[in-house]
Amino acid sequence: MLILHCPYCGVDADETDLHAGGQAHLKREGPGSSDEDFEDYLFLRANPKGVHFERWRHVYGCGKWFHAARCTATLQVFGTYPAQTLEPPQDIKDKIADARPGWSWGDKE
Amino acid sequence: MSNAVSALNGKVAPGEVTIREDGLRGMITLRADLADSKVKSVCTGLSGVDFPMPGHANCVGDKGLCWMSPDEMLILVPYAEVEAALELINKNLKKKHFLAENVSDARALILVEGSYARDVIAKLAPVDLHPDVFGPGDFRRSHLGQVAAAFWMRDADTFEVICFRSVAEYTFGLLEASAQAGPVGHF
Amino acid sequence: MSTRLAGKGRLINKSRAVSFRFNGKNLSGFEGDTLASALLANDQMLMGRSFKYHRPRGVVGAGAEEPNALVNLGEGGQFEPNQRATTTEIFDGLTATSQNHWPSLEFDVGAINTAFSRFLPAGFYYKMFMYPRAFWKHVYEPFIRQSAGLGKAPKDRDTSTYEHYHAHVDVLVVGGGIAGLAAAQAAGERGARVLLIEQGNSWGGRAMVDTPTIDGIAAEEWVNNTIQALENMQNVDLRLRCMGAGVYDHGYVLAYERLTDHAPKDEGPRHRLWRVRAKQVVTATGAIERPLSFAGNDIPGVVLSAAVRDYAVNYGVSLGDRTVVVTNNDDAYRTAITLKQAGLDIPAIIDARPTAQGPLIDAARALDIRIEFGKGIAKVKGGKRVKSVGICAQAGEGAVLEEIECDCVAMSGGWSPVVHLWSHCGGKLVWDAEQVMFRPDHENPPLGADGAAFVATAGVANGHLFTAEVVADGWAAGRSAAKAAGHVKRGGQAPIGEDAEEGPISSVWLMPQGAKHALRSKAWLDFQNDVKVSDVQLAAREGFESVEHAKRYTTLGMATDQGKLSNINGLAILSQSLNDEIPNVGTTTFRPPYTPISMGAITGVARDALFQPIRKTPVSDWANANGADNEPVGQWRRPYAYVRGGETVHDAVNREVRNARENVGLLDASTLGKLVVKGPDAGKFLDLMYTNMMSTLPVGKCRYGLMCSENGFLMDDGVVVRMDDNTWLCHTTTGGAERIHAHMEDWLQCEWWDMQVYVANVTEQYAQIAVVGPKARKLLRKLGGDMDLSAEALPFMQWKAGKIGAFDARVFRISFSGELSYEVAVPAGQGAAFWDALLEAGEEYGVMPYGTEALHIMRAEKGFIMIGDETDGTVIPQDLNLQWALSKKKEDYIGKRAHTRSHMADPNRWKLVGLETLDGSVLPDGAYAIADGTNDNGQGNTQGRVTSTYYSPTLDKGIAMGLVHKGPDRMGEVIEFNKVDGTTIAAKIVDPVFYDKEGEKQDV
Repeated sequence: MLILHCPYCGVDADETDLHAGGQAHLKREGPGSSDEDFEDYLFLRANPKGVHFERWRHVYGCGKWFHAARCTATLQVFGTYPAQTLEPPQDIKDKIADARPGWSWGDKE
Repeated sequence: MSNAVSALNGKVAPGEVTIREDGLRGMITLRADLADSKVKSVCTGLSGVDFPMPGHANCVGDKGLCWMSPDEMLILVPYAEVEAALELINKNLKKKHFLAENVSDARALILVEGSYARDVIAKLAPVDLHPDVFGPGDFRRSHLGQVAAAFWMRDADTFEVICFRSVAEYTFGLLEASAQAGPVGHF
Repeated sequence: MSTRLAGKGRLINKSRAVSFRFNGKNLSGFEGDTLASALLANDQMLMGRSFKYHRPRGVVGAGAEEPNALVNLGEGGQFEPNQRATTTEIFDGLTATSQNHWPSLEFDVGAINTAFSRFLPAGFYYKMFMYPRAFWKHVYEPFIRQSAGLGKAPKDRDTSTYEHYHAHVDVLVVGGGIAGLAAAQAAGERGARVLLIEQGNSWGGRAMVDTPTIDGIAAEEWVNNTIQALENMQNVDLRLRCMGAGVYDHGYVLAYERLTDHAPKDEGPRHRLWRVRAKQVVTATGAIERPLSFAGNDIPGVVLSAAVRDYAVNYGVSLGDRTVVVTNNDDAYRTAITLKQAGLDIPAIIDARPTAQGPLIDAARALDIRIEFGKGIAKVKGGKRVKSVGICAQAGEGAVLEEIECDCVAMSGGWSPVVHLWSHCGGKLVWDAEQVMFRPDHENPPLGADGAAFVATAGVANGHLFTAEVVADGWAAGRSAAKAAGHVKRGGQAPIGEDAEEGPISSVWLMPQGAKHALRSKAWLDFQNDVKVSDVQLAAREGFESVEHAKRYTTLGMATDQGKLSNINGLAILSQSLNDEIPNVGTTTFRPPYTPISMGAITGVARDALFQPIRKTPVSDWANANGADNEPVGQWRRPYAYVRGGETVHDAVNREVRNARENVGLLDASTLGKLVVKGPDAGKFLDLMYTNMMSTLPVGKCRYGLMCSENGFLMDDGVVVRMDDNTWLCHTTTGGAERIHAHMEDWLQCEWWDMQVYVANVTEQYAQIAVVGPKARKLLRKLGGDMDLSAEALPFMQWKAGKIGAFDARVFRISFSGELSYEVAVPAGQGAAFWDALLEAGEEYGVMPYGTEALHIMRAEKGFIMIGDETDGTVIPQDLNLQWALSKKKEDYIGKRAHTRSHMADPNRWKLVGLETLDGSVLPDGAYAIADGTNDNGQGNTQGRVTSTYYSPTLDKGIAMGLVHKGPDRMGEVIEFNKVDGTTIAAKIVDPVFYDKEGEKQDV
């Protein structure tokens, strides 16, 4: 049972207050995209044992979606941040790189 | 509007901690940029209380402001004053991007009053209710049992709880059962 | 015999007798007794029967680890099976019965199994119940069911109440022994919020029995002083009878508090489940003594050494007059000394070690107790009670050197730290060969959200067996935990403990070391499940080398005690059989809960009316009082029909349809979702949400809209209303309100966050009543108000706000029935009054409410689709001939890209048609249309399926909709649908609009 810090309302929210929304930082493929890109967007998801970026909604709280950087094996949370971004903030990337030597955002999944 | 009734029509479960449906209360959901000075002044003007910090509620009597999210304020006014309040908001924020909706009838307001009111809420919500952490002025949206709810403290022994109207009976039942089961004495 | 000793009993109050019943006999004990100690005081050693062989079973322990003394407790609505007599506190009127025997505990026919035990070896069930397959259902399953389970399932509803409690603390200390107390004190003194829980009903743990010295005073006094100090700390909460059940991620811990089990007449909940969020957890859970494996070690009277001591010291109960102590360590000498000092006979201490020395051995010698080093027990004699033991050389094969008469054997195979809570959330163990135990591996602790350890063990649970280390370790753990939780205040001093020095333990896994099969097959590992040394060896020989496989094959450790006594001994035997080291074999997984917790505690208050939320509309109370036959729609209960006296539900449905078509009907549509979407970009946003164009909808008008998911499938539909320039009101399906609201927020927050749009869910703000039928206008006009409801002033697919009677109303001219229809929304607080007013005013027009089935039939007669009937998550708008609602002008909308995928554009997709049986009967719901040939799996091919099917009272025949391969091109063709009875039914493909094809009736 996770606790995640909601970056919008500041609450350390119990998992029962949250709704999980799968992998974060997907790029939407709309009309005109290739079949391969569209398939990738629609169906193909990372399933790492290790660092992962996820979407969560503080559904019973402020209702906002946010992102969490989390280790799927140890459940360590490197940080949470607002969803209105294309990649995690630098301080979280640094924290992950410190904790998981060799990791970098470029080869995220 | 003389035929308007609240969800539980003022139901009361008396006890050492009493559960009481507080009847009709005017509630307006205002979604807007809460940093905007005009938005702030409309809110404080209508409620007569200070603009709350995130995670807080400022309430006096039937009026108050509850911080719901970074772009949502819940404005409390007497039930009969909602339409006038909405008109005022619509007039004052005319040039802004905002949404104001009357949600008075969509909700139920339940009071939890008594010496171990804190325990009653702690039985149902995954929230740290230690007096050092949560007291009058604090506001929290979470869930009670299986339904969404928000609560704040009117005073050291009284919680005000809001939930959706359709689940008012369930929420009242949860609070009643938890109150009747007695204190825990953890705090 | 077992009996009460004179004068002693730390926990009992001899001036207060307590009467209780066991197997129908009236017995008496004292306040403070456990059921086990009271039974033993009454010379009732036999307390149950084992699971497989129905062997006689007496207590083997004195605490939570007890596998044998399990009873059915209570009666009627308070009945509960499998309760441990060793942890059940007695009270006046307690009733208990023993389990797993017939006809009686003393004489059990099932004990015949023990005679066949060599035919019931490990894996018996797997080997026996394989063939023939025909026997599975009617022979094997009844047999297995008959023999499954020790206790009986309760028959009556539980009359007790239960609750949950959420606590957030800095430091949770599990275990109220001296280590736990020291930890709580250290953390409490630093100002941390501390919750200290102890599963038993008293503080101090083993130290209260073994009385070491702490800070220069007797342990008992130190414990009392410490408890007092803790009780005076505002920031510390102490809970007895509260067990740490499980440790989970991010500091989540479940604790199980038994409030009134010992005092059932007290008010309040029986159990409380604590849902704790702890920044740090200190587990000071002590250790459990291990049995020794020798032939006959399961005979009643063979008991763990420390338990024998506990019964004597805590309850003043002796388990026998002559007790042989058998051990591989010094601690058991304490038992011999305690019993001897109580005036009981100790014929011998059998010590498997070649030699040993130290103060405890000297003390035993000083009491003239005979000590036999290098010896073991070859075999215990006795049936329902120990009669004697045969002594042999530990290094030999079991030749009996001497027979010693006794009625109790106190055994000690060393101590296993209770590492369960440490292990639940990933803490690893190391094998300590010197102390012969698994203990926590501090290099690999459970990790919390910050990547740092959040569980620490302390004291005996951490592998420290001596008081000095135990209290120092506890104090240090409490201090570190407080610090990790952010409390850095200094001060206080670690307590200093002292106790008798002890010599080293030696590992003894089998007694004697070279025991032959005849002895090994009588040397029990798991007393409850009847697993013996020979069974584990057999499993190893048969290739079950993984400890997890061997466990399941033999059922070792799978009993209600989850192997608390048997697991370490079992895996030691397994490792020997595999010629491997114990740490390489490893342990099975420790899973929560530590000991069983009640189903009631898990449920909490969520039972009966509080089992789940039932959502109510403003009309629900009226409906329930007026014949509503409800159906669940999500958490709502919607009236399926309003049944009148003497009617069947079917009659009521038909009446409601006819009345709405001929007069006027009322539908409570309050459950439909209502989402307000507002902002400068709201039109643009809704054009992306819906497949059709919403930005062009003129103010005052309504438009039916479709929503697809990103992969193109239909997910919701409903009428969208333009309220003003900037504002739209989107109606969703009943189930869609929260889902579609969340869907919109998701896209607004996470994809198009630059759009200026706000969404609010106002579903519950309004009671929405559909007034439906040719007389709908007359009825509304009769109520008065300020609105012109004429066809000219308010045409079909438009809306208006105003007054109907005294009610604040929004009136939408939309129709899901094909009739003249007004959907009227009033504030929910006025909903019940508005409904009443409609019924009263409508009386002269024959108004009747109608339910969801009439709604369904009328929409099906009109060929309107229903989300969830015509759609199932695989259906696209094109399948339902709704191409007209897919905007070609828009560059993009959710689902547009997906509709161009090859399978979506395939002309061979099944498409919506109407279906009419040739004989007018109703097609079975969900039936498939049969096609020629078979598929690769040999199943018959299909060419379509029924999605909606009803008896139409309007047309007096069965009507249906279905998806059929190229259906719209096959009008008039007759196809066969299968029925459950194996026959088929013929139906003609027709236009799905059965009634008022031109749509004249709704537009008047």
